[in-house]
Amino acid sequence: MSLLAAAPSRRIKRMPTPAVWAAVGFLLLLVLSALLPGVFTAADPLRTNIGEALLAPGPGHPFGTDQAGRDVFARVIYGSRYSLAIGFGATLIALVAGLAIGSCAGLVRRVGDGVLSRAIEIVMAFPEFLLALIVIAIIGPGEASLLMAVALAVIPSYARVARVQTLVIKRAGYVEAARTLGVSPALAVLRHVVPNTLGPLLVMATMGVGTAITAAAGLSFLGLGPKPPTPEWGLILSEGRNFLASAWWIAVFPGLVITSTVVSTSILGRHLQARSAGRQR
Amino acid sequence: MTLHYGQVRGADRPGARLFGRLGGMVLVVWGAATVGFFALRLIPGDPVDALIGLGSVSAQVRDQIREDWGLADPLLVQYLGYLGRLVQGDLGTSYRRQQPVADVIGQQFPPTVQLMSLALVFALLLALGSALLGRGRRTAPLAGLLELVAVSSPNFWIGLVLISVFGFGLGWFPVVATAGFGALILPAVTLAIPVAGIISQVLRQGLDDAEALPFVDTVRARGASHTRLVLRHTLRHAAASSITLTGYMVGSLLGGSVLVETVFARPGLGRVALNAIVDRDVPVVLGIIVLAAAAFSMVNLFVDLVFERIDPRLATEQAYA
Repeated sequence: MSLLAAAPSRRIKRMPTPAVWAAVGFLLLLVLSALLPGVFTAADPLRTNIGEALLAPGPGHPFGTDQAGRDVFARVIYGSRYSLAIGFGATLIALVAGLAIGSCAGLVRRVGDGVLSRAIEIVMAFPEFLLALIVIAIIGPGEASLLMAVALAVIPSYARVARVQTLVIKRAGYVEAARTLGVSPALAVLRHVVPNTLGPLLVMATMGVGTAITAAAGLSFLGLGPKPPTPEWGLILSEGRNFLASAWWIAVFPGLVITSTVVSTSILGRHLQARSAGRQR
Repeated sequence: MTLHYGQVRGADRPGARLFGRLGGMVLVVWGAATVGFFALRLIPGDPVDALIGLGSVSAQVRDQIREDWGLADPLLVQYLGYLGRLVQGDLGTSYRRQQPVADVIGQQFPPTVQLMSLALVFALLLALGSALLGRGRRTAPLAGLLELVAVSSPNFWIGLVLISVFGFGLGWFPVVATAGFGALILPAVTLAIPVAGIISQVLRQGLDDAEALPFVDTVRARGASHTRLVLRHTLRHAAASSITLTGYMVGSLLGGSVLVETVFARPGLGRVALNAIVDRDVPVVLGIIVLAAAAFSMVNLFVDLVFERIDPRLATEQAYA
């Protein structure tokens, strides 16, 4: 998934700004729905009403109702807080840990770097999804482990980028200049190397939020995340899987929201990437 | 992404370089087995519980089981024993199924390989189509949008949508997993779509880059049409750079198969992995870890070797890197 970061930069600049604005707008709406779900819907995501089970999308229920008569739109709105918390939380953990590991590997002498690089390579030998599954096997299913599993699975990718950046930046003229002027190595690292490593990592993290949300939804689709009837997106999808023949809307709408979220983070990430690439030139 | 053992030192001696890379491969598999072995010891609970399933047994029987399975030995002895057996190709015995892990994996290997191979074919075709679509000035934004949606959609959701449209809606394909080829198509397409998006992005970038090379002017000056230029010349350049993605693709297909097999209720390695993790069947999980690491490093070795054949500049570049 980290390959998204390698997306072609030349084409991005042609990306119309309206798309970026639409992406930002959608993400803001999502954040708002996570913080204040009551603004978007008056329905209770957990209230069952068998009399209204499996209703098709209509005026009262824009996304229809599920097998227990719960409003799917309300469930998707209330579900955004789980997905966003996991997406942002996991990405933040991965970013910080990856930065720490990667810059250490980039700064220490040959042996330490060799060991850390090999370790990163070994962990990267696994598909990220398998890695997340293994973490869940060790710490058990649940919301918190979902977050940790997704974070741990992507730390190596961040560490690798941080290491390469550190290697490049520590040879830069301004770092040398700072050292010549008597700045201590530790301070030079904190003041100059780390902040400059952070830029590319932040771009990567912007796109990473979307990937993390998909991965978390996938894990919870497999039953390894929150327990029903939590209105979590992956969980709603797995419930909808049993009613595909009669009620496609239960599975289709939450997935559409996940896709839109990931598309938005990708557009925003590519835009930031194009901007930072422009500044470097 | 790849190991670079001896690439500089042994550049003039291909044999030594291959040997160094094989060494790197062994190192990755050993590292994966080691990390996996100790990490899976962290699973809370008694492995004997996983062994006996839901039944309850006396403490005496528990001790006997522990003894029989070598779980009473010191951790280091267990580890060395595992490595020793691994070298001989023995992956241990499943806690749950009481049969060799190699058999458990072996039985479920064919359905997953079928699925992954067909998905790979679909992914390449879709990517090629989308990349060529992206060459037209008018159609380029469309290709970009398609790629973006393909890369961003969760594949289990794509599967659900395909089932409801082509399975339940139009009735073109069977909804449940059957033995026929028809039942393989929807899962393979599902697995292929996100991968196709990535390949297409890289292919298009490759075509863009290749078009800036001087030989393009020569070809054009000879009067070749644009189609001929792309199909005969620039596409080759672009394809070469896409080959480095093979390792990523195999990993992505393997990880994706867990979800796709669940969505379509198909048997396969993904399901085995998921069930082993839910049942805490440590030997099977470890077996899959080792298999994944071995597959990954083999694919990378293969890519490196093929790549040098296709693009001789690379071998020279590495020699002077």
